[in-house]
Amino acid sequence: MSVNAVANNNAQTDILRLENLTKTFHVKPVFGPAKVVEALRNVNLSLQPGKALALVGESGSGKSTVGRMIVQHYAPTAGKVLFEGADIATFDTKPLQMKYRQAVQMVFQDPFSSLNPAHTIRHHLQRALRLHQPDQSDEAAVKRILEEVELDSGSAPDKYPHELSGGQRQRVNFARALAVNARLIVADEPTSMLDVSIRKSVLALMHRLKEERGLSILYITHDIATAEYLAEDTAVMFRGQVVEQGPTAEVVGNPRHGYTQLLRAAVPDPKAPLIAGDGTFAARAKEVREAAAAPVREFERLTPSHFIAHH
Amino acid sequence: MMSDNVTELHGPLMQVQDLRIEYLTAAEPFRAVRDVSFDINRNEVLGLAGESGCGKSTIAYGLMRLHKPPALIRQGRIRFEGRDVLAFNEAELRDWRWSEVSMVFQSAMNSLNPVMTILGQFADMLNAHEKTPRDKVIARTAEMLDMVGIPSERMHAYPHQLSGGMRQRVALALALTLRPKLIIMDEPTTALDVVVQREILQEVLRLREQLGFSVLFITHDLALMAQISDRIGIMKGGEIVEIGSTTQIVGNPQHDYTRTLWDAMPVLHTEEERSHVR
Repeated sequence: MSVNAVANNNAQTDILRLENLTKTFHVKPVFGPAKVVEALRNVNLSLQPGKALALVGESGSGKSTVGRMIVQHYAPTAGKVLFEGADIATFDTKPLQMKYRQAVQMVFQDPFSSLNPAHTIRHHLQRALRLHQPDQSDEAAVKRILEEVELDSGSAPDKYPHELSGGQRQRVNFARALAVNARLIVADEPTSMLDVSIRKSVLALMHRLKEERGLSILYITHDIATAEYLAEDTAVMFRGQVVEQGPTAEVVGNPRHGYTQLLRAAVPDPKAPLIAGDGTFAARAKEVREAAAAPVREFERLTPSHFIAHH
Repeated sequence: MMSDNVTELHGPLMQVQDLRIEYLTAAEPFRAVRDVSFDINRNEVLGLAGESGCGKSTIAYGLMRLHKPPALIRQGRIRFEGRDVLAFNEAELRDWRWSEVSMVFQSAMNSLNPVMTILGQFADMLNAHEKTPRDKVIARTAEMLDMVGIPSERMHAYPHQLSGGMRQRVALALALTLRPKLIIMDEPTTALDVVVQREILQEVLRLREQLGFSVLFITHDLALMAQISDRIGIMKGGEIVEIGSTTQIVGNPQHDYTRTLWDAMPVLHTEEERSHVR
């Protein structure tokens, strides 16, 4: 049973679909031998309009590569990315490119380096507006968008990025995506560089944008605990492969793949102090990592939409 | 290894009294640490939690006198086994740092020298305290890497050839080599993913049991802190608003701000709670 066969039922309605997406990097360092890195291996995912999909995995699992391929920073080695049913590789004319870039926006992990320090917040938003909605680039539009992301529309436009906190800057990044009327936001670890104490408020903002504006969100994160605040569905990646996917409640609540179980167990639980001599976690981590790195043989369907990989 | 002085073995390892640290600015000096007092006991993991900008890292640097202008310690006392740290001269300070108190910084990528092999960094540190023959350096490096679970042949690697988790283990090994009595850890695992974070913290606790040292653990992740600390101090705006045992801070927080911090944490829900989430 392949994941694709099931996903095909919804092929018409998906806003985003990845089909057998594979990406191989050829790394040629200045010193030492060249090597081949298989960043993605046959990734199949789909996202419905107005929903959020959490893509969870450790650093180096390939989850950011997925995000960057969706916004065309990288071209696939094999497989394709479908946006509303059309292969994005076919968007080769300027108008089609503009249209796609307006519809799909990315929010990056680092709120401190993703805004231009030499320009005000007004500039950041107006530039996006002028490019994609020239008729609506006035002051009123800037204020309206800032209010939508819960920033002070009176003082914020004249501020420079350094005058805002990390959480506020991340809100500006979401405002920039809203300014162009994006329909899909690829959020690559939008909260991981923020304080734990304000992560929840940024997650709440994303949740509200999804509910009220019908935005679709691909939420890339290493923090499985935040997935259920936002995403209807969750896919877990390890070493370039999807190892488990399904409804968030099932994947997070009842993880079935060894790696997902490991991730779930590693989430800090304030009520469970670590015990000094306990080597079981480390031993299991090693075992699971070795097993999960092998190529996926097949997917087992546990419930209509919950799959785990067998290696 | 322990001091012969019996009185030193009783009472806290480090005592901080009315510590005030200010940053000089063009206008009024900014008071980052406001007359903070706390003790670190022997063999204890003390957690210091708070949002960014609350002064927790300033305290960490201040305790080792690693703070640089425009930061100034304006008043207060720092006593380590009864000795006045603020009265140390440069030579005493250099001796004291790393052999008795060491530090693991937030980002191992920035705390290791990128153009030196791991062995080179160990040699540098060992020679700074005592001239050490090369074969001894190699033996010691191998021993320490082995202790934190890195194959000893990796000592000839450069930092960029190691993963983030391995680099953080190397930083931990460097901090442990001279058998300090206190290790200050400033957000040691923030840049790592949860599985690796858990493995490293488990390692820290194992080593503490094996070697015996105190840890000042600084992070904004309260849940993580509760898992490894014996006591927790909560900081806000340069002050410690509440300090108590981990059980008390988790189960019965007294200060409003502590409760606010707990409420703001995205935590996984248990099975029963999950049905109420949506």
